Amino acid sequence: MSRLAVQPRIRIPRSARAGEVIEIRTLIEHPMETGLRHEGGSIRPRDLLHRLLVRMNGETLFVADLRNGTSANPYHVFFARITRTSDFEFIWQDERGGTASATARVTVG
Amino acid sequence: MLAWPPPLAGPAAADDMGLIAAIRAEIGDALPVDGPITARLPAIAENGGQVPLTVAVDSPMTPADHVVAIHVFATRNPTPGIASFRLTPAMGKAEVQTRIRLAEDQAIVVLAVLSNGTVWRAGAEARVVQGGCLS
Repeated sequence: MSRLAVQPRIRIPRSARAGEVIEIRTLIEHPMETGLRHEGGSIRPRDLLHRLLVRMNGETLFVADLRNGTSANPYHVFFARITRTSDFEFIWQDERGGTASATARVTVG
Repeated sequence: MLAWPPPLAGPAAADDMGLIAAIRAEIGDALPVDGPITARLPAIAENGGQVPLTVAVDSPMTPADHVVAIHVFATRNPTPGIASFRLTPAMGKAEVQTRIRLAEDQAIVVLAVLSNGTVWRAGAEARVVQGGCLS
């Protein structure tokens, strides 16, 4: 597993009330090359992030399986119901085994 | 809105076969029915490479009754797959926003798989000024 040289950006509240549903926004810089695109007479090699995995307190919260129709610099907004102070882990995986990750904590009380 | 099932005859039949295969790969033989899904695209997308999409499904998102997956397909891209989202009750809300590529004017197909196995369907359409660079 290689480390991708990109810094994902996460927008998530630092604190929440118990029971609140919070909005989480993620953005990662990536060309999402499909392997179908020509540039300067040659085909740009396929280079795709194929998965975003989000865990909350160690449990899978949300998975996005990304295909050709997902834009470059994948952007996702989704939600989580907060019941206690929670730790989040965000992991992006590309088709060559590269990964990028980020973490965040939302505090209750 | 795409006819269901997508037509098998006519000039776009080859593309439709790819779309049907992609849908079957995700939901098997389940028969989608119209359901309370809101799928929002801009009416006119200036840049087909970055088209904002919001999908919201009316679901209580409880362990007993929740959306387990949302699948999004293009009908007129070189390949039909856009994304598949796996949801859990801990999300509290069955809504996902992302940005997608549309090569030309087209409809997208959105399917929501529920925890009881029901599959809901919805569609959205956008006109595309500058096609997204998939090929």
